[in-house]
Amino acid sequence: MAEILDEAWSLSPSVALRPEPFGALAYHFGNRKLTFLKRPELVTVVRLLSDHRDVRDALDAAGVPEGQYGTYAAALQALAETDMIRRRDQEAA
Amino acid sequence: MTILQTRPEALRPSGGTLIEQFEYGLDAPICLTWELTYACNLACAHCLSSSGRRDPRELSTEQCKAVIDELQRMQVFYVNIGGGEPTIRPDFWELLGYAVDHQVGVKFSTNGVRITPERARWLASTDYVDVQVSLDGATAEVNDYVRGPGSYDTALRALANLQDAGFADAKISVVCTRQNIGQLDEFKAIADRYGATLRLTRLRPSGRGADVWDELHPLPEQQRELYDWLMANGESVLTGDSFFHLSAFGESLPGLNLCGAGRVVCLIDPIGDVYACPFAIHEEFLAGNVLADGGFGQVWQRSALFTELRSPQTGGACSSCAFFDSCRGGCMAAKFFTGLPLDGPDPECVQGYGEAALADDRSIPAASQDHSRRMPTRNEPVMLTLQRREDAVVAAATPPVSACAENPLAGFVAPLEGITS
Ligand code: SF4
Ligand code: SF4
Repeated sequence: MAEILDEAWSLSPSVALRPEPFGALAYHFGNRKLTFLKRPELVTVVRLLSDHRDVRDALDAAGVPEGQYGTYAAALQALAETDMIRRRDQEAA
Repeated sequence: MTILQTRPEALRPSGGTLIEQFEYGLDAPICLTWELTYACNLACAHCLSSSGRRDPRELSTEQCKAVIDELQRMQVFYVNIGGGEPTIRPDFWELLGYAVDHQVGVKFSTNGVRITPERARWLASTDYVDVQVSLDGATAEVNDYVRGPGSYDTALRALANLQDAGFADAKISVVCTRQNIGQLDEFKAIADRYGATLRLTRLRPSGRGADVWDELHPLPEQQRELYDWLMANGESVLTGDSFFHLSAFGESLPGLNLCGAGRVVCLIDPIGDVYACPFAIHEEFLAGNVLADGGFGQVWQRSALFTELRSPQTGGACSSCAFFDSCRGGCMAAKFFTGLPLDGPDPECVQGYGEAALADDRSIPAASQDHSRRMPTRNEPVMLTLQRREDAVVAAATPPVSACAENPLAGFVAPLEGITS
């Protein structure tokens, strides 16, 4: 599961984040899916992804304690399943 | 219709479930319905907005565009457009294009009247537009009984045009009634035939629906039939989360179990009035007006009514019910328009408390607006001539049943519950 930690990801180009009091709402204009990011920290991580070499780096920059990396990796994996976030090296394809 | 000077700060708990967060409201709605006109070519018996005649005060093209600009600023990513029959507004296609160009995706509800082969081809070529055709019977007999003669053929022709044009995954929206509950499998077959997705919604006693609810709403054993069907077929149909009162049969249905009115759901009507829910067009649920009160954002964020709806509610007579957590007392609009207390059981409470409440003294609120046509038309459903209320000169036209019939969480993806624990 933790494989994603060493990969480079970013927010999908078709996704917009709308800030909400509890975190954010992510909307994918392509597949029209709506997802709720229920923690402000997760929103920060998602926004930081594109500026960082890999997920681990982004988590570190967002100040997420290492003990929680597994939880965040799982959440990011779930976001990846609906194309909310995308692997960077796939972008060119 | 009071707009507060400053934005109220809700004492929102941090963490908790998504539903708990939703109860305190969002910065912008996630299920916004916008009815563009009260005009309609049909005259459905159960029209939730009592549509028929255009209102002279309806928003102009420029005013509609200003609303879209504001929705874009508020990041309302998509809107359910309905009416009346929205496609008979001369600027309908222009507004559709304008919305899509401003990152506001559209799903529009229609009875199919203007979905010609040319329009279908245009729709098929556009991203971000979804079409929903209303059909309230799997056979012409059952459909036309409430929607009027010829309306079944119109809807099926529209679906055929969409399919021929290569438009993928249109929606077929069905209001479940006593007459059509037995046709659920047939509806599914029609959807499959046209490469469409079936969407089932609940009949509510709103608009002209109040006049026919007693005759049309599903009987208690039919509610069970519907529940069982949804449990068996739930994966492949949409429900707009409108049947959460049925979760009191046992297992919760998938989706959002919450009345979203004024919290995540709302309606902008053709004259710019903002109501808590498309099924609650009544002055009691009128929060403000986009023209008179400084725009939609002001009304959404600061109206006294919405502030109140976002404060913790009591369950009243329902609080002691074992199913309160999933059923939450059902639909506010259904209670209001049947004259039941808002903090008690739904009129269709599956535990039977609704029937008892309906048998008690109650007074049904008078409609606060009616755009029904004053003269009968040849499209008028026959049941109205059999069933007309003494005081109504004539019943009128309806829009496609749009609504919070729309899923407040369309395409809802796991709320990442894991991240909260
Ligand atoms: S339809 Fe009923 S349950 Fe749904 S938001 Fe409106 S009032 Fe609430
Ligand atoms: S008593 Fe209230 S909460 Fe219980 S099932 Fe009936 S409507 Fe739902």
